[in-house]
Amino acid sequence: MSIDIESVSKNFGEFSALSDINLVVPSGELVALLGPSGSGKTTLLRIIAGLESPDAGRILFNGEEATKRHVRERQVGFVFQHYALFRHMTVFDNIAFGLTVKPKKSRLSKADIRDKVFTLLKLIQLEQLADRYPAQLSGGQRQRVALARALAVEPQVLLLDEPFGALDAKVRLELRRWLRRLHDEIHVTSVFVTHDQEEALEVADRIVVMNKGKIEQQGTPSEVYDRPATPFVFDFLGNVNLFQGRVHEGMAQMGGMQLSSPEHAATNNVPAIGYVRSHDIEIERAPLDASSIEAEVRYLLSVGPLVRVDLSLSGGEESIEVDLSRDVADRLELKVGEKVFARPRKMRVFTDDYQI
Amino acid sequence: MHVSTGFQKSAEKVGGSRVSEPAWIRYLLITIALAFLGLFLLLPLAAVFVQAFDKGWEAYLAALHEPDTLSAIWLTLLTALICVPVNLFFGIVAAWSIAKFSFPGKSLLITLIDLPFSVSPVVSGLIYVLIFGLQGWLGPWLQAHDIQIIFAVPGIVLATIFVTFPFVARELIPLMESQGREEEEAALTLGASGLQTFFRVTFPNIKWGVLYGVILCNARAMGEFGAVSVVSGHVRGSTNTIPLQVEILYNEYSYAAAFAVASLLALLAVATLAVKTVAEWKIQQSLSTNETER
Repeated sequence: MSIDIESVSKNFGEFSALSDINLVVPSGELVALLGPSGSGKTTLLRIIAGLESPDAGRILFNGEEATKRHVRERQVGFVFQHYALFRHMTVFDNIAFGLTVKPKKSRLSKADIRDKVFTLLKLIQLEQLADRYPAQLSGGQRQRVALARALAVEPQVLLLDEPFGALDAKVRLELRRWLRRLHDEIHVTSVFVTHDQEEALEVADRIVVMNKGKIEQQGTPSEVYDRPATPFVFDFLGNVNLFQGRVHEGMAQMGGMQLSSPEHAATNNVPAIGYVRSHDIEIERAPLDASSIEAEVRYLLSVGPLVRVDLSLSGGEESIEVDLSRDVADRLELKVGEKVFARPRKMRVFTDDYQI
Repeated sequence: MHVSTGFQKSAEKVGGSRVSEPAWIRYLLITIALAFLGLFLLLPLAAVFVQAFDKGWEAYLAALHEPDTLSAIWLTLLTALICVPVNLFFGIVAAWSIAKFSFPGKSLLITLIDLPFSVSPVVSGLIYVLIFGLQGWLGPWLQAHDIQIIFAVPGIVLATIFVTFPFVARELIPLMESQGREEEEAALTLGASGLQTFFRVTFPNIKWGVLYGVILCNARAMGEFGAVSVVSGHVRGSTNTIPLQVEILYNEYSYAAAFAVASLLALLAVATLAVKTVAEWKIQQSLSTNETER
């Protein structure tokens, strides 16, 4: 089922949680709403579910007006951050809940409900825990039960609110890969909220980056990551270094570096900010061209497969962060206090009308 | 009970460690607490039963079989039978709306629920006399329609409802607030109706809190003296409840009879404590599963 969100706004008192949101979620896709806390992503998810109502705008399910439809009738599966399992019910009863509250005439028989619950238990690989209570399960197990409970009613849409937010790093990684595989199997239109860019990049078909109640950019993970539309998106997805400077007729002057910036060919001496990802900077012993800048090594830190180098730029207080792969770092044999040259491989320049 | 279990738990955690007080201070404090309890609670309780059985088992039973006493027992039961369900209903509705919705005037409602706790019961009784009494606002109208509220059973019931209405609500509000509304929201997204959500999700989570509130409410409803005393008119065999009957018997120097009737209230108190302890234990249990779940 496709979801259309048309100019939806929502205020909580003075606070504008969402302003004029337009979004299309195509049928069968797995879409991530990505943003910092307070960006309105959870509010948007709750409006799609019908747990909140928008102040203005419409929600369409498969092209049909659903704004006024009650939560009960929306046929959405909602997975909460803190699972919201019924604590006094067993795993079996939790999953069966949605099936047993149906009106008598559309309700499955006891045996059919049992079969269905066990099929779902098999899907989440927890068959042997059917009689346990939520308190007896680990976080990852609870979240899988919550997912099975939501899937039991065969929802048209699956909505997940920070589904892995309360789990520890390793379980989170496993579970999100499992969710991706599950989605490839059942293809139910899904929207999930996250503040973890890595999670969004890894799991989603499409990413919608939100900030302060507005959509900053939407697209496939590689579109959003490789071609950020705004400084905010650049900043939010990955480690980034900022350079202040000016652009003039396609050339950017950034803190002693000269780079070409073809998309600003028409600008005439405008203040600008350059964004460079920390892994898009090369470190050399000698300057290669005008885009190199002299710097001093301040710290070296090994982070798993990467070596993080902290450089202070000559002639300034500013420092930049560079991520090198371990073999490059080993070849360079950098030492703290050493003078080197840094060169951005890729820089994205935003002129001032794009302020965050 | 609540406080003492909490104390034991934290004492176990730090017991014997360096941050704990020296042994003699601990034993001194415990001894003082126990001596105080014994002197002011257990001793009087024992005295009630000693006095009640002073003239023997036969006299005890005879005192309870007194028609005026039987009528007082019956009136007390009737009052509790009306007040407890009314306040149970009101308490759940109030707690539900306070814990699960936000609306203007919410904090005012919480304050109002506490009002009967902060007002002297005698004043609560007087309020009803002022409203329903012969000289009161509704007095003339009530008299014209031949309805008697003050110095009659309806007045006693009304005053008791007023005095006991915080018990259930007060117990449930923090419990329901701590449990949040996610489980209810989950039930709704799964297609449950409002009633199904209440009976299958909300109520099972609060049932021990409800029981706790009901017991306290019942104990107070049966034991209330001040407010009931003002509105009852002390008509023997007709508008006397157990506490009023105890006072009358005592003033007439029938000590054994007074204490025999009083022993009923004392027994009620003991039973209340027992059920309350179980309920508290169960609430703690449900809260702790809640915590591990988060």
